[in-house]
Amino acid sequence: MVPALRLVAVSKRFPGARTDAVADLSLDMPEGTVTALVGPSGCGKTTTLRMINRLVEPTSGSIDLFGTDIRQLDVHELRRRTGYVIQQAGLFPHRTVAANIATVPQLLGWDKQRVRERVDQLVGLVGLDPELLGRYPAELSGGQQQRVGVARALAADPPLLLMDEPYSAVDPIVRAHLQDELLDLQRRVRKTIVLVTHDIDEALKLADQIAVLNIGGVLEQFATPDELLRAPASPFVEQFLGRERALRRLALQPVGTGPIGPVPEVVEGLPTVTTGAPLREALDAIVAWGVEQVVVVGDDGSPVGGLDLLTITERIGNAPSRRDTA
Amino acid sequence: MNADSFIWWDWVDRHLGEIRTATYEHLRLTVIAVGLGFVLSLALALLSLRWRAARAIVTGLAGLLYTIPSLALFAVLVTITGFSTLTAEIGLVGYTLLILVRNIIEGIEGVPAAVREAAEGMGLNPLRRLVAVDLRLATPAIVAGLRIATVTTVGLVTVTGLIGMGGYGSFIDEGLKRSFSTEIVVGAGLSVVMAMALDSVLVGIQRVLTPWQRSSRHRTNLGYELPKPIA
Repeated sequence: MVPALRLVAVSKRFPGARTDAVADLSLDMPEGTVTALVGPSGCGKTTTLRMINRLVEPTSGSIDLFGTDIRQLDVHELRRRTGYVIQQAGLFPHRTVAANIATVPQLLGWDKQRVRERVDQLVGLVGLDPELLGRYPAELSGGQQQRVGVARALAADPPLLLMDEPYSAVDPIVRAHLQDELLDLQRRVRKTIVLVTHDIDEALKLADQIAVLNIGGVLEQFATPDELLRAPASPFVEQFLGRERALRRLALQPVGTGPIGPVPEVVEGLPTVTTGAPLREALDAIVAWGVEQVVVVGDDGSPVGGLDLLTITERIGNAPSRRDTA
Repeated sequence: MNADSFIWWDWVDRHLGEIRTATYEHLRLTVIAVGLGFVLSLALALLSLRWRAARAIVTGLAGLLYTIPSLALFAVLVTITGFSTLTAEIGLVGYTLLILVRNIIEGIEGVPAAVREAAEGMGLNPLRRLVAVDLRLATPAIVAGLRIATVTTVGLVTVTGLIGMGGYGSFIDEGLKRSFSTEIVVGAGLSVVMAMALDSVLVGIQRVLTPWQRSSRHRTNLGYELPKPIA
């Protein structure tokens, strides 16, 4: 299957620069997935994103959108068909929330009725209070502005959504909330999303695959969050991921997605976790309660199995025998 | 009737027709000067924003022009273009350039980078970005420039009157020649009234053009400052 987005040997050197901003980068991003570009400042992640909507032109290499080289598309047309969310939202201060959201549909010449219906629909989709539609951006909180930014980017229902550090300007609580909303939104709209972030935890939480970039736009590793945490390809990746990789892998894996043990003979006095909870929660309960295992319960609360430390350990591929040789 | 009185209302009564004509002339010279000055300044500002070199030249020349005393400039111009509206307008337009060019540039440069980035990334073409985003957001700075330019021009038109181009300046000129205070007071007073009236009109226009600046309820962290009027 043709990936939604394919970068082939993309390089960028800015005029006057002595080194590449992005070097020979090749990535395939399947349709309907979230790809995170992460790395420290100067790793070319934002430059890479900006090459996808041609705010920056690559020095060499090519970028295909659904099999078509983006250079063959009209640049404004390409951008109107590509959602773009940036840090601080970049809302137009002189236009109301409704007018901000309606920007691209209006550019595309939709009639008023259709624009209005779409705006109403989007307000629901991103969880905005319809009361806010008549307000100006300066009257909104940071989180509300970011929701408007997402609604504006999704207005013309683009297949591709580019997000550049979308949550770095909001406080951690709002950020976590917006991230949950994005995951929820993605379950409903299934866009191909490219997310630039310097926050590895944000990438691990939101992305289906993560490209870790080093200074100069060198790709260190391109893998799923679990794979990245399990087997960092280089000391750079290992350092970038930080500590407690096993615990963070447990946080990524829901209890119900892998093998669990049998229901314990005595369930009284044992803590319970649901099948939807992450494995980390099961481990937390074992440590907190000082017990051998926890009871896994289904949505209706009835026991469906048990989880002990060994099973949890094996679930992330760390059998005791393997640990000895490591 | 007291001959020593500061202002002879009787004289005013008898010269209403002339006052009306002078008002029209004064207003016409001012509006043409600011209008032409604005169009020219807009072009020069856009040129300056596009090319760094142009900017130094434009602001340098406009600054130089601004330092020439008005009476001297008009006197020199009269020897080239004679006693004509053209003479008056060349000088008047010249004086508006510095203020207007600088305010237009500052206004457009004050547009937050994130807003520019979003506009470009959403596929607004350059003309649309200029008209629908840059110039709209620069409106407070531009109107601030227009207000200064207008008030300055109303004052300068009084000077062109002194060299015989109509407007309120001709009353002051005559009054001075005849040592007749009424004409001086009428000329000067009406200039001030016109300056204030035009300024109010521009304030009103700005209020209509920038509704987003009025609503300050729930103002929170936008992440950047809204461009504020300079004057």
